[in-house]
Amino acid sequence: MTNSWVDIKNADLILVMGGNPAEAHPCGFKWVLEAKAKKKARLIVVDPRFTRTAAVADFYAPIRPGTDIAFLGGVINYLLSNDKIQHDYVRNYTSAALLVREDTGFDDGLFTGYDEAKRSYDKSTWNYQVDKDGIAKVDPTLQDPNSVFQRLKTHYARYTPELVERTTGTPKASFLKVCEAIATTAVPDRTMTSLYALGWTQHSVGSQNIRSIAILQLLLGNMGMAGGGVNALRGHSNIQGLTDLGLLSHSLPGYLTLPTDGDPDLKTYLEKRTPKLLRPGQFNYWANYPKFFVSLMKAWYGAAATKENDFAFEWLPKIDGAYDVLRVMELMSQGKVNGYVCQGFNPLSSFPNKEKVLGGLRKLKFLVTIDPLSTETSEFWRNHGEFNDVDPSQIQTEVFRFPSSLFAEEDGSLVSSARWLQWHWKAAEPPAEAKGDLEIVAELYLALKKLYATEGGAFPDPVLKLAWPYRITKAPAPEEVAREFNGQALADVPDPKNPGAFLVKQGEQVAGFGVLQADGSTACGCWIFAGSWTQAGNQMARRDASDPSGLGVTPGWAWSWPANRRVLYNRASCNADGVPYIPTRKLIWWNGTKWVGNDVPDFKADSPPADGMNPFIMNGEGVARLWAPAMADGPFPEHYEPFDTPLARNPFGKVLNDPAARVFKDDWKAFGKPDEFPFVATTYRLTEHFHFWTKHARIPAILQPEAFVELPEGLARKKGIRNDDMVVVKSKRGQIKLKALVTKRMPTLTVEGKEVEVVGLPIHWGFLGQTRKGYITNTLTPPVGDANIQTPEYKAFLVNVEKA
Amino acid sequence: MNVSRRGFLKLTASGIGATTVGALGFSADRAVADVRLFKLAHASETRNTCPYCSVGCGVILYGLGDRSKNARTEIMHVEGDPDHPVNRGTLCPKGASLLDFIHSPTRLKFPEYRAPGSSEWKRVSWEWAMDRVARLMKDDRDKNFVAQNAKGQVVNRWNTTAFLAASASSNETGYVFHKVIRALGGVAVDNQARV
Amino acid sequence: MALETQDIRLRSATTMESAPSARSFRPEVAKLIDLSRCIGCKACQAACMEWNDLREEVGTFQGSYANPLHLSDQSWTVMKFNETVIDGSLNWFIFKDGCMHCADPGCLKACPSPGAVVQYANGIVDFQQDNCIGCGYCITGCPFDIPRMRKQDGRVYKCTLCSDRVSVGLEPACIKSCPTQALTFGSKAEMTELANHRLVDLHERGMAKAAVYDPSGVGGTHVFYVLPHGDRPETYGLPRDPSVGAVVTFWRSGVARALGVATMFGVLVAGILHYMRYGPLEVPDETEGKTGKEAQS
Repeated sequence: MTNSWVDIKNADLILVMGGNPAEAHPCGFKWVLEAKAKKKARLIVVDPRFTRTAAVADFYAPIRPGTDIAFLGGVINYLLSNDKIQHDYVRNYTSAALLVREDTGFDDGLFTGYDEAKRSYDKSTWNYQVDKDGIAKVDPTLQDPNSVFQRLKTHYARYTPELVERTTGTPKASFLKVCEAIATTAVPDRTMTSLYALGWTQHSVGSQNIRSIAILQLLLGNMGMAGGGVNALRGHSNIQGLTDLGLLSHSLPGYLTLPTDGDPDLKTYLEKRTPKLLRPGQFNYWANYPKFFVSLMKAWYGAAATKENDFAFEWLPKIDGAYDVLRVMELMSQGKVNGYVCQGFNPLSSFPNKEKVLGGLRKLKFLVTIDPLSTETSEFWRNHGEFNDVDPSQIQTEVFRFPSSLFAEEDGSLVSSARWLQWHWKAAEPPAEAKGDLEIVAELYLALKKLYATEGGAFPDPVLKLAWPYRITKAPAPEEVAREFNGQALADVPDPKNPGAFLVKQGEQVAGFGVLQADGSTACGCWIFAGSWTQAGNQMARRDASDPSGLGVTPGWAWSWPANRRVLYNRASCNADGVPYIPTRKLIWWNGTKWVGNDVPDFKADSPPADGMNPFIMNGEGVARLWAPAMADGPFPEHYEPFDTPLARNPFGKVLNDPAARVFKDDWKAFGKPDEFPFVATTYRLTEHFHFWTKHARIPAILQPEAFVELPEGLARKKGIRNDDMVVVKSKRGQIKLKALVTKRMPTLTVEGKEVEVVGLPIHWGFLGQTRKGYITNTLTPPVGDANIQTPEYKAFLVNVEKA
Repeated sequence: MNVSRRGFLKLTASGIGATTVGALGFSADRAVADVRLFKLAHASETRNTCPYCSVGCGVILYGLGDRSKNARTEIMHVEGDPDHPVNRGTLCPKGASLLDFIHSPTRLKFPEYRAPGSSEWKRVSWEWAMDRVARLMKDDRDKNFVAQNAKGQVVNRWNTTAFLAASASSNETGYVFHKVIRALGGVAVDNQARV
Repeated sequence: MALETQDIRLRSATTMESAPSARSFRPEVAKLIDLSRCIGCKACQAACMEWNDLREEVGTFQGSYANPLHLSDQSWTVMKFNETVIDGSLNWFIFKDGCMHCADPGCLKACPSPGAVVQYANGIVDFQQDNCIGCGYCITGCPFDIPRMRKQDGRVYKCTLCSDRVSVGLEPACIKSCPTQALTFGSKAEMTELANHRLVDLHERGMAKAAVYDPSGVGGTHVFYVLPHGDRPETYGLPRDPSVGAVVTFWRSGVARALGVATMFGVLVAGILHYMRYGPLEVPDETEGKTGKEAQS
């Protein structure tokens, strides 16, 4: 989230699209109802299903799964053609005025530079026009045809209300009503907040869905504002933290990236990742990349990371392409993965195309699961009748199941969706021989280290020299680890502005990332977490709930990255002169000498407005990118159909699916066609569910005891299916059997002149737990990911339904 | 009037009966009643965070016993933390039933091992399991570690054992897990954020 | 046990003149259920089960988001869902079912067993199961179809409005859990004010029919609703105009007392039989429970 849960109460309009917070985040959703009750805010829900969020909405519009870009592109077009944008903001704080290369273009579904054989773009033509110093050219009048603003207008002029209706199935009148409501927030003193979740990310065009809302919110001037923002409602309690800590194949902590084969040494690696200034006078904060990276290596390798050995740069693996879960599953299916260690993760239930996952798991030599619960993955080899029909004698995988503790049985911190690091305390011991995850990981590492110390083996240095400064080596204390990722000074760090003084003294915890150094004098395991455990102690454990501004900032509650800042880009809540756009919702302001306020300014504290530094300090441009040349599938979002689509052609152009989405060779035949699978399906969880966990708990099992599929009345009538009948749902990947819930809440849509029915498939049930046994819903889902980050397309695919 | 004929008879009978029972001295002479005793009066309280979604609701774990040496705390109730600025004491149906998650009958209690081709779990010791897993991992790493790629570039990676990290375990666990995986040269690592 | 003697306003089948009532300066409590804010998440249902140590058997899907479909001795509150098209547009009626805690409680009036149903001074209507003879008349006497007989022990159960929590100054478990403030707890006077305030907002949003449901036929209730569609209480599952049955009123009037002699021995025998069948203490009958579950699946 760019903002926070409580900040939702400041909004004038709440757009829920690509999410269902009333069901998935009920306690955060309370702030939507608070805004409605106290601020007379309006709630708009756009969703294929009339959800529990829609049940309390002021307006609901249906949409066909997988057509959000068509819808949002239509809204962008509406705003531009009706002049409903926040002009001051767009001109000053976005890349609208920057000029892109003349030779970049878009033609009938493809941007320039496409290589069909490789299914990828050469993105060089997508860059800005730059002068000899690499500074991007601008046209402050926004009239140049190559200005981002004019390009934007041209691109989205095609997204007419008629084409939107034909593609999305949203009735034109409903679509326009949503447009009108959104347009009311283009004035400086009204804001819209966007709440989304996996309904936007789990598509082959997921990243571009998010880009679309970003563009929309920038045009409206809603970024950085109290009651504004683009708010990703993260799914799990620490999915934000795990992302922040870089537990993704290509990442390192704090959004640093793993070196690749093309990074032979530290210098090359850092040069490639340290961005150049693109506009004069901008902060370009990522220029500090080397400080963050070297401090990380000092945290991981301590004294063994020296200037001479490039701070142990060679000890980091170089990545040679994608190793996201879909690729790992592909490699596993090909027999190229031997071991799989699943800590707190249930891939058999979670990943798309269960049969493929099962086929991969059975090719493993060994599987280790670390979990408080008995997961389906840990029992993939066991015959559970029709729900997991395997022959154990034919599966040679060695399987280990390690019982771990859960939240109530450990100390530690989690990062909420609002980027708050909150400390929690242990209340009881785990049952029987169960142990904390931290302890299990430590024991495993120490067992390996011992083997390498005694036997030697492949490249033992990083294993043997990993910093392990924990008092009890087999059980690192959460406090010790938290202090490590906050960071500390390894030597006195002189204050450059104040000779003789020091920013931080040797051995002290750093107060923030501002003091980190690239010379090895500081260690910091995750630079964005610097400030979470300072000399003043554990900031994550703070419990002062006071809210002096009344804006829901609560600066003394827990600790928020970065720098305890609660609203990102909050500099943009003020005009160019440093005066808040909304006097009653002042986050920060320029007081004549520095930036101060109710929140921690997201800005260079002493940079006066007259200096012209812009609010988006992480970007070399200093402004927010309406045009994003780094995306895999285009600098502007473009509508492409899901890979399982009910349409024969894309209403927007000749390219049917996202041209840059990766599809493995054997998976091309895993996609369904509408003649065989005529209905559009989407998966989700209900409010009584938490993925595959709560079925292990009695009360939630009572509340939703058995698997069902939601079927529209029209479809049920056609198929002779009555409520509570047993039905079979089939996709190209497989079939499942479950009960039918016949509902009015999924209206029949008219798309390109034909009727499209949407089928709703809750994920949740499986063959273990307290509920009735059920099929794994992901038996049906397609094995294709988002073009940029490979999140599977769980939200839009084709099925058929028959009475069982 | 919402009373059926049968109801009428039943009610008449009961009313008359009750009245007469009272008249014969069977009614209490004092208006006394019990409420159920408040079960948390001396329970220990521990502040925690709900492990489910990312709202990060504050919860209070109520434990049996006052944490004295001879009392082993059993969590007996979970309730929202009224001080928490986001949930303000509220919880969703999942959070309100965290007690049943903590005490789930399908929680794991011992390390277990399933041998190749076997159709059963076998309970094993931690020591044996750790040694065996470490051996399997080391053998795989030693055999398949890529020190240099085809072009002769130093790459130092291990991609034949893959890792998945939890999305509900703490930052501290995640951080140490990450550190260990990269020290081993692991590149095939993801967490729930991917899906 | 916390025997409360000065906090009782009404007691079933008791001829006492009046309860000790010097401590009268206290508010009546009320739960306001604002269905315009309700998302049907079932937090209240879960919190109720958790706090009150109730656990249904895990059932089956029954064609609805609701589970179980109806109140039971283990489910004192249940969320219900009803899809209704009004003027061409879909409305999802989400309803929290449970005891209304009537000011004039039909269950209490109908109860023949002394002290099995009481009404506290704060308005909560509570069942005292150790006085319950399992005759089920409270069930018949309730205009809202709330009380449920437990097969295993032959006693009747329903929402206590968490009288144990309220007695120590806490709100009921359902109220505390509710993520969206659809449930609010306070004095009846304040809740009424809040309800009326909510109506203003709903009317502004075009819900012209929004209304407060606090039926006078039962003297008003200590659990009452803001209904977005106030003109359609039945669509939610509420009686339009509930009242304590006229028969109940009739026999409570005293006129019927003269007719009592013939039936009194019958009731006495019923009471004794109940004691003989269920006893004062009894291990729950496992077989019976299991049979019930199998019958369901």
